[in-house]
Amino acid sequence: MELVCPAGSLPALKAAVDNGADAVYMGFRNATNARNFEGLNFDEKGARRGLAHAHAAGARVFTAINTYAAAGRWHEWTDAVDRAVDLGVDALILADPGLIAYAAADHPDMRLHLSVQASATTPEAIEFHRRRFGVRRAVLPRVLSLSQVRRVIAGTDAELEVFGFGSLCVMVEGRCALSSYVTGEAPNTAGVCSPAKAVRWVESARGRESRLGGVLIDLYRPDEPAGYPTLCKGRFAVDGQTYYALEEPTSLNVLDILPELQQAGVAAVKVEGRQRSPAYVAEATRVMRAALDQAAADPEGYVPDPALAARLDRLAEGRTHTLGALQRRWQ
Amino acid sequence: MKISLGPIVYFWPRQQVLDFYGRVAELPVDIVYLGETVCSKRRELGIDDWLELAGQLRAAGKQPVLSTLSLLEAGSELGVVRRLVGNGEYPVEANDLSAVEMAAAGPGFVAGPHFNTYNAATLELLASLGAIRWVMPVELSRDSLAAIQAQRPGDLETEVFAWGRLPLAFSARCFTARAADVPKDQCGFRCMDHPQGLPLATREGEGLFTINGIQVQSGRTASLIGMIPELQQLGVDVVRVSPQPTHTGDVVSLFRGVIDGRLAPAEAAGLAEPFAVGGACNGYWYGAAGMVAVS
Repeated sequence: MELVCPAGSLPALKAAVDNGADAVYMGFRNATNARNFEGLNFDEKGARRGLAHAHAAGARVFTAINTYAAAGRWHEWTDAVDRAVDLGVDALILADPGLIAYAAADHPDMRLHLSVQASATTPEAIEFHRRRFGVRRAVLPRVLSLSQVRRVIAGTDAELEVFGFGSLCVMVEGRCALSSYVTGEAPNTAGVCSPAKAVRWVESARGRESRLGGVLIDLYRPDEPAGYPTLCKGRFAVDGQTYYALEEPTSLNVLDILPELQQAGVAAVKVEGRQRSPAYVAEATRVMRAALDQAAADPEGYVPDPALAARLDRLAEGRTHTLGALQRRWQ
Repeated sequence: MKISLGPIVYFWPRQQVLDFYGRVAELPVDIVYLGETVCSKRRELGIDDWLELAGQLRAAGKQPVLSTLSLLEAGSELGVVRRLVGNGEYPVEANDLSAVEMAAAGPGFVAGPHFNTYNAATLELLASLGAIRWVMPVELSRDSLAAIQAQRPGDLETEVFAWGRLPLAFSARCFTARAADVPKDQCGFRCMDHPQGLPLATREGEGLFTINGIQVQSGRTASLIGMIPELQQLGVDVVRVSPQPTHTGDVVSLFRGVIDGRLAPAEAAGLAEPFAVGGACNGYWYGAAGMVAVS
């Protein structure tokens, strides 16, 4: 299985490549990519340097243009596609059906991947894009159990990529408007979830409050570690009880089931986190590289290495991990 | 301008559903979307029941549309979509890419609100596949709608979600089961205890979301009743009212009143306010946060 790592910046790209990523994914500095955060992503010069560095090391570079093209600003998205093709990237990661149609028509030789933001959870959904537009690979939303992943692989001729480590999206990617309901900006439209400008920390008599668009997401005691306020991982009141009503702060980690994913025919494992530091990317890449090599060398005898899991937990949101929807119990 | 009634998104007992549609036959709505769109485990009515209801509603002069499940995971769920698409009588509302793929060969389909149609290029693709109508994603604004409408392919109709709790997100996880601290596979159909969803509030008591099984809805009720003249100007063909356990008929009548010119939009918006569970909001229309109420 190929290891695909996040490159939110040139140093992060280098960290991923130098520590064993087979491929990296990056985006441009605008709303065309789903990690449109301040200070992240690539301009043309940075992209050229990143491509040179990756290609010299034998790694591939994918460009994520995976938000939904805003009506009336269509050219920003087609320009991003054209620019990525001109730069010589190895694949485009797209979500918008109209943009996929454009890329397939105007750049028929370009390798296309279906972004997780396209919400394709079935063989039919993937085949829709493979048959019409020649899409070669699909990234699966974090909603399927392992047996469902197997069934999707059996039903499509496209390659499948799954998330292996990083922040856990609780909702189906590409179908979540929680952030725009509260802040006006969400992944589909603006490429952001819980935009930093809408976040506010307030020290009050009750404790430390995290707020998003004015809405109280969580309240921490002085000794409690506080997390970045996302709507799916706050503590809320439902039916008279206050708890993590949607999900706890936690990270996805598939180290326990790498041989199963390999056996199922998964083509690539992806690390989430273009918003993370180069140090984070370096460590996550090193750990995933070691685990993948171990699983590839001896799938039968593979035992998840607790030391590797512990290293990932140190990076993880909430310092803990889950298999998420891959494990039926989580659902 | 036509009025549609969206699918019932909550889990109501069979008799409540049948009674509801008995009354719908008398309501001034033109299009009725039928079927389970949230959770495949909800089986108070089966496909044959929905088809029978469709027949009754058609006899009452309504145009029935069969809606498909929004998040497809299991093979059995795809089988249900395939049966719906092949029903031979009624168009389907395709709520994901798989349903569009299956419906593309058929006699015409509606691209539902959960299909991501964010621009005219996607609309053109849908039209080429045989779509007869598209429903705007709920987070889009008036300006986005105007830009899309300006390039809309000829005979494609446009529908806008104009009343109801906004469908904001779907997950593999059932949040109703989580609230009851039971596994999803042994949920005991807890969502039947919540005929208009389970409110989720902040620790300050501010209503934020509504839990509805694997779906998260807005806490407030979106209301575009005051924007009907603008919607008409933008060439919107259909406004959608999402069913709620009470006052759906009252809301539909207010929409009808404005469309027919008998009621001033602002007046109707005021009259509808008491029926807006959790309070009314319309922020998305103005390109703002969805939960905001712009007056």
